[in-house]
Order: sequence, then C-alpha cells, then structure tokens
Amino acid sequence: MNRHTFTERTLIFILATLILTTPALAEEISGKETQTARTFWGLAAEKLEYRYSDTDEELAYIEGDAFYGTDELKLRWLLEAEWDKAHSAWETLENQFVIQTPVSEFWDAKAGLRVDTPKGQNRRYGVLGLTGLAPQWLEVDTSLFVSDKGDASMDFEVEYELLVTNYWIASASFETRIAFHEDRETGVGEGLNHTETGIRLSYDLAYRSFSPYVGVVHERQYGAAADMTEAEGGDTENWFAVIGARMMF
Amino acid sequence: MNKQLVAGLFFCLLPAVAIGAQYDITVDKVQIDTGDFVEEGIGYNGASPGPTLRFKEGEVATINVTNNLDEMTSVHWHGLILPFEQDGVPGISFPGIKPGETFTYEFPIAQAGTYWFHSHSGFQEPNGAYGAIVIEPEDREPFRYDRDYVVQLTDKHPHSGDRIMRNLKTSADYYNRHQQTVGDFIGEAAEQGFFATLKDRLMWGGMRMMKADVEDVQGFTGLINGKGPAQNWTGLFKPGERVRLRFINSSAMTYFDVRIPGLEMTVVQADGNNVQPVTVDEFRIGVAETYDVIVRIKDEKAYTIFAESMGRSGYARGTLAPEEGMEAQVPELREAPLLTMADMAGHMDHQGMDHEAMGHPAMNHEAMDHAAMGQREVADEGMNHEMAGMDHAGMGHSSGNALPTDPFYASGSGLSPVAANGGKFLSYSDLKAQHPLYEERDPTREIELRLTGNMERYEWSINGIKYEHADPIVLQYGERVRFKFVNETMMTHPMHLHGMWSILDVGEGKWNPLKHVISVAPATTVYMETEVDAPGEWAFHCHLSYHAAAGMFRKIVVEGGPEQRGGNS
Ligand SMILES: [Cu+2]
Repeated sequence: MNRHTFTERTLIFILATLILTTPALAEEISGKETQTARTFWGLAAEKLEYRYSDTDEELAYIEGDAFYGTDELKLRWLLEAEWDKAHSAWETLENQFVIQTPVSEFWDAKAGLRVDTPKGQNRRYGVLGLTGLAPQWLEVDTSLFVSDKGDASMDFEVEYELLVTNYWIASASFETRIAFHEDRETGVGEGLNHTETGIRLSYDLAYRSFSPYVGVVHERQYGAAADMTEAEGGDTENWFAVIGARMMF
Repeated sequence: MNKQLVAGLFFCLLPAVAIGAQYDITVDKVQIDTGDFVEEGIGYNGASPGPTLRFKEGEVATINVTNNLDEMTSVHWHGLILPFEQDGVPGISFPGIKPGETFTYEFPIAQAGTYWFHSHSGFQEPNGAYGAIVIEPEDREPFRYDRDYVVQLTDKHPHSGDRIMRNLKTSADYYNRHQQTVGDFIGEAAEQGFFATLKDRLMWGGMRMMKADVEDVQGFTGLINGKGPAQNWTGLFKPGERVRLRFINSSAMTYFDVRIPGLEMTVVQADGNNVQPVTVDEFRIGVAETYDVIVRIKDEKAYTIFAESMGRSGYARGTLAPEEGMEAQVPELREAPLLTMADMAGHMDHQGMDHEAMGHPAMNHEAMDHAAMGQREVADEGMNHEMAGMDHAGMGHSSGNALPTDPFYASGSGLSPVAANGGKFLSYSDLKAQHPLYEERDPTREIELRLTGNMERYEWSINGIKYEHADPIVLQYGERVRFKFVNETMMTHPMHLHGMWSILDVGEGKWNPLKHVISVAPATTVYMETEVDAPGEWAFHCHLSYHAAAGMFRKIVVEGGPEQRGGNS
C-alpha cells in the first residue's frame, strides 16, 4: 500500500466519521428535553503507575482511554505510553484513534488509526480490532495493525477482576504482541514479540474514580525481538514492582 | 395554540366550573441536605421536595411555572388525567419551558387521591425536582381518618443524574457494591460444596450475568419528605387516632419495602384510586407508585416508618410520635437478596430465540432446556416450578424454604417479598377496585411489549428497540387495548403510561385496580388494559430514571377522538 494513499484514506475516513456522528450530537439536544440521554463521554486511566524492575530500571507507565459517542458509535482515543527515567524518553508512545461499534451482545468492533511517536522511528498503522466481554467475565481486547510500511502485527489483551471484597479488587492481566512481518527499525521481530503478565491489588478509595494499587508485572521478550534487544544491551526479561492508581472520570 | 380557546373548551366541558386553585411555582437551584451530605440540586419554590399542591376534584387548576434555571425545564403531573398539551413532557406534549419563561398549566381536576409532580427534563427529577399532589374527592371518602400526612420517599444520591448516567454507560456495575466476592464463594462452598458452588458461578459467569443485579444505582440516602434517616421526619398523632399516610415513591431508581414495626397498615388507595381495604404488615412500593394506608395508633409511643430498599443498599426512615423528638428503634437492614435462575428465565428465553442463530456461545444445556420450555407466564405457574426446583437442587441456592408465593414474581424468584415479622406482605393480587371506573368489556386487541435490555452495556429498550429508533405506538380513540408486558431482563421495571389509566389484570374482572404504574418483575408476564379515552400524544416509559434515559421509553399516539386539540404539531 502506498503511504500517501493510506494517509489520505485515513483522513477521509476520520472526516467521514465526524460528519456521520454530527447528527447524533444534534439529536442530543432534543433528547435532553424528553428525559432521554443519547451521547456520553468518559475518561479513564486503567493503569497509571511507577515501575521498578529487578535490575533497578525505573519506568512510568500509562494506559488510558477517552471516548465520546452514542451506544451505536463511539470515537475513542487509546493511549499506551512508557517513560524511561534513565533515558528521559518515551520508550513507547502509542495513540489509537478509533471508531467503535457493537457487533453482538457483548462485543464491539473498532477501526481507525494508530500513531506511534516514541524515541526512534515513528510509525502509523491502520487498526482493526475487537473488544468485549468473554464468558466468565474475561475482558478481551484484540487488534490487528498494518503499518504504513505494510507490516502487519496483532495485539491480544485479556483481564480478569477478582473481588476480594466489594472494594478490594485483584486484577490479573495478560498482554502479548505477535508480528507477521519484521520491522527492525522499531525493534519488532516476526512472530511472538513479548508478553506482559501482571497482577494488581487495588482499593476503591473514591467510588470507582480513584483506586490506588500495588502489583507485580512480568515482562518477557521472545525470538527476533529478544535478539534485537539483547544486541542493544537491554534485558529480555524483567520483573517489576508497580505502584499506581486506576482513575475514572 | 390559543390559550383562550383551551380555557373556552374547559368551560364547555365542565358545566359547573368551580373557582379553581391557583399556584405559582418557581424552578430553582437549591441545596439539598440529607444529613449524610449536602448537594446542589433542583427544587420548587426554593426547596426539594417542592410544595404539596392541594386540589379539589372538579375544580380547574391553574399553575404558573417559572423557570429560574439556565436550562430547559418541564413539570409533569404524574397520574393526572388531563389534556395532553398540559401533561408536561417536552418533545411530546409541548416544547418545554425555556430559562426565564413562565408557562401556565391549566386543566380540570378530574379525579381524587394522592399523586405527585416532577420534572420530565434531563435528570432534574433525580436531582430533586419533585413534589406531592393531594386531591380531595367531591364525595365523602369510604374510609375514616383523623390526620393525614404525605410520606414522600426518594433516593437522593451524592452524584448528579448526568454523572450517574455517564458512569453507568462507562461501567454498568459502577454503583453495585453488593457483588459476590471471594468470601461469599468460600462461605457458600463450605455450605453447598465446592463443586456445586463453582458450577453455580460458572453458569452465571457463562451468561455474563450477576445474581447481584438487583439495584443498579446504590450509594444513595433515602429521604422521607426531604429528610434523611438522621434528620428523622416526624408526624405527630394523638393516641387513639387513625392516621392516613400517603406514601409516594419519588425515587429515581429505588423500590422500597415499607413497614412500621408494631403497626398494621390498611391499604385504602393505590396510585390515587380507592381499593377494597387490605391490611398488611409490609408493602413494596415501586418507583413512581403511590399507596395510601391508614394506621390506627392506640399507644402513646413512637413508631418508626422504615423503608428499606429492595436490594437492601439503603433506607429511608421517619417517625410517628405523640410528640416531637420521640424516637423508636430503627431496624437493621435485612440481608440483600440475590437473583435466582427463575429470574433469569425470561432472559434465557430471549437469548434462545434471538441470539442462538448468531452463534451465541453462552448457552449451556440446562439453560437451553428451560428456554425451550418457553415458560415465563405468571398465570401458569406449573412449569416454573421446574425452574425453581433446578435452582434449589442443582445450583446450590441457599434460601427459599417454602417461601410464600406471589404470582407477580417468577416462582422461585430471589425478589419474592417476605414481611419482616413473617406476616402479610401486600401483593398486586390483593388490589381490588373499590368502584370500577369503566364497564367491563373485551379488549379490542393485544399489544405485546417485551421489556428488554443489555445490562453490560447499560442499554434498555422495549421489544429490543430504544426510544430514538422506535416508531410511536398508535392507538385508536375508543379502543380497549390489552398490553402484555414480558420482562426479559433481570431487573424490575415500573412501567408508566401517561394520560390514561392502566387497569392491572389481577384476575378480578371489573374489580381489577386502576393504576398509573405497573411494576413488572424479572421473568414474569403481566397484563394491563387501557380504555383509550384520551386523544393526543403521550409518553410511556419505565420510571427508573436511567432506564428511561437509556431508551426504555415510547411515544404513544392516540388517533381520533371527539375533541383533539392542537393537532399533531
Ligand atoms: Cu426499567
């Protein structure tokens, strides 16, 4: 795919989305009058934490999202970023701008654009994803990415919350990235790149808007991605102690 | 629309027009102090609740409503039979009341009893915009009492309505703090066995449903006439008196179980209409319903009015006392109920019908078998026992030893009410009209309304369609329509039809009671009939504020009729 046409298409896509969602906005005004509500917004930082590794590495990590829209169509901005204290630089900085729409009782499809602007090479990707609730309350989020260089990869995330009490919540999460093509400039190798497994114990201090937590995260790289990291002198496996908070507005 | 013309019409309609009652009401921002927290809210004449409006049957009411807010407002006269332009639903009856504007409502008072009024704009009602209406009958009342108090219940929340709706849309269980925990699992496993408990959890988890979905907005403080439990609203009496208590549930989301330990209550009115008196120890009042009860108090001591929420997440409390400052013991909240398989039956049936073809993965075999039986009718209890039987035996449900059955709950439902003192709990089937208002006749047609929703997305709908996508329900003037409510969700919905009476089918023919709210419990089918005798456009919706806002709402258009005013503008 030619880079220009890809960007242009993306722009047209985003513009079309905005135009399509404008009537929903106009509807809200009349909706309000009749005691019904049509459009909603939300802002959340699922994870906002400080990570300290077994090799004394220090990182700040954020995973959050904002949305605006109706039940049928939402605009969503997803952010995932990792700040490396030693290098004073964004190790990862991913922004996804997607539209999201329900496809079944518990599942939403999403499509849009991902822009990575960490230190080093920047990338843009087209995103196609599926997010929802699997049986037994597993929250699943999976996406397919195609970069402006034509490289494809996918993300898979699953999370489970265990209620220790109605305020103490243990959440287990697993995240992995698999690439179908190698992208050496961004350190992506073909196949399984890395896994991140975490367990966090949080307490809902102010409703669900502020829930501080502590936890442990295990990060591991595999295959070609691990080789590239090793070549740069980095660690391919890390244990982190984390402290942070989940926030929701 | 010409106001004089309307006034003129009233004069034609009412041969002997009494000089009417006139009220001036302002809609204001107010501070609401519940004793637990102070929040800005919306009130009438500077207070929440607003004033109690008193009318006499047969007179003409004139109410000037001035909007002092910086947003649109409206006032809906809940349960009143009136011309549709006076009904106060923006976008249906009229455009609404702009900031700074004064709108004059004018309508004949065609009924007696206890009603209430509230805003129909945005979330102003949960934010405090409500008040009581008391209408004195033209004739003598068929019961005696010495004193008369309005007991208006509400569930004041520290969050504004907009914020609550937003939070529910972001995370439907945001306010649910009665979910099952690891501790509950361990406790249940010790009692029922590990595998039985695990099987139960996997079954519910497979459906992605929660037994604890009884109340989706918790964390409120229950108020009686604007006073929190600590502020203790008190009604005075002299020993030997009969006291009439006009219970009005003005909550946004909360069903209350009401009792006055030490006193029996004689229910004499439901939703403003006289019923054949029935004496009970406790009753459940759905959102927007009213019940008038008479208590006879012999002893010179204080009594607690205790209204605990159906899900036991909060309560309202007041006192009846011979003198100010006296208090009686306040009971503890009872254990929170959990939904059972019986409450899930309607949902499974729905899934079996609509989602199976889409390859819905969650159905297990037990669920399918029962869905295939297709049994969810209240009237036919036989099949439902299967459901209850399985629930108790296979799923390790702990309670339910010979519970008294109420035909308005699914058999084996976790919500079946039980009186705290083991006595009589009011059922819809106890309500019989004192004097039938309409002649009995066969309905001209039946309209099935399935109450539907998706708890996980916090979407609520009728027949799977939300308000914004739905066509109006069109009725013909002069019809008698039989509505069939099929609750396919796991929540209870108080369905409210504006402008016309809902004749609840309790199987008593012409003695079926007249209501304006029909509460439909999970996995039940409830019928009501309506004499279509009011032309115009009317709202029809679930009275849980956030369910209505999420789409469980319809416009009803009544076509034809002798004096349709205002047209379809
Ligand atoms: Cu509802």
